[in-house]
Amino acid sequence: MRFRSTAVAALAVAASLALTACSKPTSTVNADITPDGPPVTLNLVGYAVPEAAHTAVAAEWAKTSAGVNVTFKTSYGASGDQSRAVVNGLAADIVHFSVESDVTRLVDAGLVAPTWKDNPTKGILSSSVVVIGVRKGNPKNIQGWDDLVKPGIGIVTANPASSGAARWNALAAWGQVIANGGTEEQAYEFVSKLYNNAVALPGSGRDTTTAFLGGAGDVFLTYENEAILANQSGEDIDWIYPDTTLRIENPAAVTVNAPPKAQAYLDFALSPAGQRAFAQKGFRPVVSGVDITGITGVKDPSNPFPEIKKLLTVDDDFGGWAALTKKFFDSKTGIIVQIIAATGKAQ
Amino acid sequence: MTSETLTPTRPSRSWRPGSGLFRREPVAGQRLTVASGLGLGVAVLWFSLLVLIPLIAVIVTASEGGWSAFWDAITTPQTASAIRLTVTTALIVTVVNVVMGTLIAWVLVRDKFPGRGVLEFLIDIPFALPTIVAGLVLLSLYGPRSPLGINVANAPASVFLAFLFVTLPFVVRTVQPVLSELDKEAEEAAASLGASRFTTFRRIVLPALTPAIAAGAALSFARGVSEYGSLVLLSGNLPNRTEVTSVRILASIENDNIIAAAAVAAVLLAISLVVIVAVDVLQRRLVRRG
Repeated sequence: MRFRSTAVAALAVAASLALTACSKPTSTVNADITPDGPPVTLNLVGYAVPEAAHTAVAAEWAKTSAGVNVTFKTSYGASGDQSRAVVNGLAADIVHFSVESDVTRLVDAGLVAPTWKDNPTKGILSSSVVVIGVRKGNPKNIQGWDDLVKPGIGIVTANPASSGAARWNALAAWGQVIANGGTEEQAYEFVSKLYNNAVALPGSGRDTTTAFLGGAGDVFLTYENEAILANQSGEDIDWIYPDTTLRIENPAAVTVNAPPKAQAYLDFALSPAGQRAFAQKGFRPVVSGVDITGITGVKDPSNPFPEIKKLLTVDDDFGGWAALTKKFFDSKTGIIVQIIAATGKAQ
Repeated sequence: MTSETLTPTRPSRSWRPGSGLFRREPVAGQRLTVASGLGLGVAVLWFSLLVLIPLIAVIVTASEGGWSAFWDAITTPQTASAIRLTVTTALIVTVVNVVMGTLIAWVLVRDKFPGRGVLEFLIDIPFALPTIVAGLVLLSLYGPRSPLGINVANAPASVFLAFLFVTLPFVVRTVQPVLSELDKEAEEAAASLGASRFTTFRRIVLPALTPAIAAGAALSFARGVSEYGSLVLLSGNLPNRTEVTSVRILASIENDNIIAAAAVAAVLLAISLVVIVAVDVLQRRLVRRG
């Protein structure tokens, strides 16, 4: 049957495309630079969003004597899935995840040294802030968190149960109540109202953007870098910086058996030159002295990363990931889990 | 299939085509030849590696936390509600597919019309399309910005629509070959004996198609309950309203609660098994009655 074989052929093409997409060795040979050692292949495993930034960093690194002789094998996907894949044997020399708990999983498995946070950025490679995405021109006149819980505002935010990265949004909503003098009860009430206004809880940050662009809701909770990326891609969105919001910190580490070049790459990515590549993709630099001019897709190119009046952090305001995971996201007793489980029933 | 298959009044037990689960072995006690023994060995090994061992692993993992952990995992209101939504929707979708799939197969086999070849090809698209792409297409066509004015986004109907989309080919593709092999003489004989077209269809055609329809229905149900990609963008994953079981399983995995994920998966497996057996029993009854 002809149509069968056509379908099979189409599938085979799709599958091979998918395979090449998830592992493409990138090699930039530059004859003018003398390499400082023999050729090395590094396995870079990361969450999907910073792929473009890493490609740019690797290209910059290849212009130095340390990086010229290095070939990368990369794998990008959902943060939690990538972390579990590494535990289950996916080769990784450098990992870059969206939340710390995905690195902790590797520490527990003995794949990353417990001392991975002992560097000037405390293990953080890229950073952003939680922002409120709105439609172009802000037709609902959203100015801050309080506007989100008004009746009739439809919110799209990733589901903290299925998306590790979505937890930043839930924490930002909770933390801004506490940081401005509210009690835990008031924070509970606010977050409940927020999730009651949710019209969709997509599975990941990217799905959230897709759903919002598809027309769902009036606002979406997202990250500044995701908003900048959407803007760079020409999507019709706008976003506002709440007065109080949460700093998003994406950790990176080298694995215990990685060649020395892995640490060299990570150091380069943390240098002003490496962070410049991240900044161009919308991430806030984690070191000082980074050139942040000429970044496209931002609201104000002269001030691409405006200072947040009250910027919360996981360590200072929530006591670190271990404590907050138990308090907020335990699958039975977690506050956010309970709030979300209760939303469908009230209606 | 020979014309013998088309004497529906008193079918013998041996003629049943299709995917009978409990199909009788032709001769009991007969020794296997070397070739057929080898064939059986390869088949069993293949099946074990791909299906049996993974299935057992799921069930073993599900039982690791003991009965109470298993029960807790599947009776959490949010999870129970997701299971209810998934199974009910898959059942309704299966019934719709039985009717619409048979109709489409009939049109493809019996009617000559321009564009038939194109339709024939398009039927398989839901198989070939990566489900997340299907999800994007469904979102743009039946979401808030629908050019057709149909918006089912973030409502339970979106789950129904996504299931319908991905399961469409099953009944069509199982019924179509049986229908095209069907001997028209029996129908003509029935007609010449004065049977109306409806009676001919009901007494002659339908009994021959029933096993194929049942096989398609079982596949369609099983595919529906496990669907994720095509609906995840459209349904909004709202707890207790549009959240399906596969999203709950994913949430459990994301929280490193593999036992809960396996428990929910085991329940889905059990439900699918019950439905597939029920469909098989039902089609046997129908065929026997003619």
